[in-house]
Amino acid sequence: MMELLETVFVRNNLVVAFAVVGVTIWLSYLLANKLTAGRIHGSAIAIAVGLLAAWYGGVATGGSRGVADFALLSGIGLMGGGMMRDFAIVATAFGAQLSELKKAGLAGVISIFAGVIVSFVVGAAVAVAFGYTDPTEITTIGAGAVTYIVGPVTGEAIGASDAMITLSVAAGLVKSILVMIGTPLVARFIGLNNPQSAMVFGGLMGTTSGVAAGLAATDPKLVPYGAMTATFYTGVGCLLGPSILFFVVDGMF
Amino acid sequence: MIIYGVALLSACLVAGMLIGEGLGIVLGVEANVGGVGIAMLFLVLACNSDRFTALTEGAAGSGVKFWSAMYIPIVVAMAAQQNVAAAIDGGVLAITAGVAAVAVSFALVPALSKIGTDTESAEDKEESAP
Repeated sequence: MMELLETVFVRNNLVVAFAVVGVTIWLSYLLANKLTAGRIHGSAIAIAVGLLAAWYGGVATGGSRGVADFALLSGIGLMGGGMMRDFAIVATAFGAQLSELKKAGLAGVISIFAGVIVSFVVGAAVAVAFGYTDPTEITTIGAGAVTYIVGPVTGEAIGASDAMITLSVAAGLVKSILVMIGTPLVARFIGLNNPQSAMVFGGLMGTTSGVAAGLAATDPKLVPYGAMTATFYTGVGCLLGPSILFFVVDGMF
Repeated sequence: MIIYGVALLSACLVAGMLIGEGLGIVLGVEANVGGVGIAMLFLVLACNSDRFTALTEGAAGSGVKFWSAMYIPIVVAMAAQQNVAAAIDGGVLAITAGVAAVAVSFALVPALSKIGTDTESAEDKEESAP
């Protein structure tokens, strides 16, 4: 019986993922309406449920891909993987206003550089506060606070140890997850309710997954604007991390 | 035909990704520089151009709208396969660095958005001038 179930589920993993995610979203919207009277957006709850399930998956299987490491749910990995994510993000641009993009263009570009530098400085400062004195280690942790891709790219380029690179990935993951959960909660206080501020937000935060999920849970109309700037952030981070930012840290320590 | 819209979307993504990878190589960076953002620009341009109406209106348009509407479910699946356990295992340093970076970045959103609206209102004034 178990074998039969597994054969069917694994062979049709993507279709199983559609059904599982559909049920999760249905339950989340039910909870949002019944328990919070719609104050918390259903998709915010669904994303939180997803993260919770991912944590459980990681602990239970010891793998690195959340619930996708359960054979029965391997389709989640395909559905939520980079290819589908990027495909759906681009699709959200359908109907976005060119004029809005132009209006916030300059602020968007500034925010990308400001975001990379600010996150790096904060991450590096935390590393220093924790007693790190080696410029390579400080830079790697700072880069991890930029995104979990910039961390390892920078760390490998400047010859950091594997342990430091793992730590930088963890810092980036914390950032990404916090943006997913925190954005709908703080949106009101930081004026995140129009395309311009969404572009600035995407540029400042930069973690594509975090911005994508955070804005989806805040107001899906803002997604294309935030995602547009966020996708440049990791590239800029990989550009600045092992070069200018490392040289500055190296000069200081 | 729905596939026309889906094909347009795919073509935009592939073209954007190619440019993003190319930019990465030119800049000497091991990353795709803005591939998705460039792809989004292509799609926005196609939507606003008369030449592409056959690919963006009617049934073809619903091929793009379907994927746009699938965005939140895909994001939920994405959340469900994050390495949350590793993030928590990263310990106090990783959590502090991540939390501090997010807190400071959140705080900067209103300041930088203001820069945006300032230049915007300045432009509006220029436009309203004869």
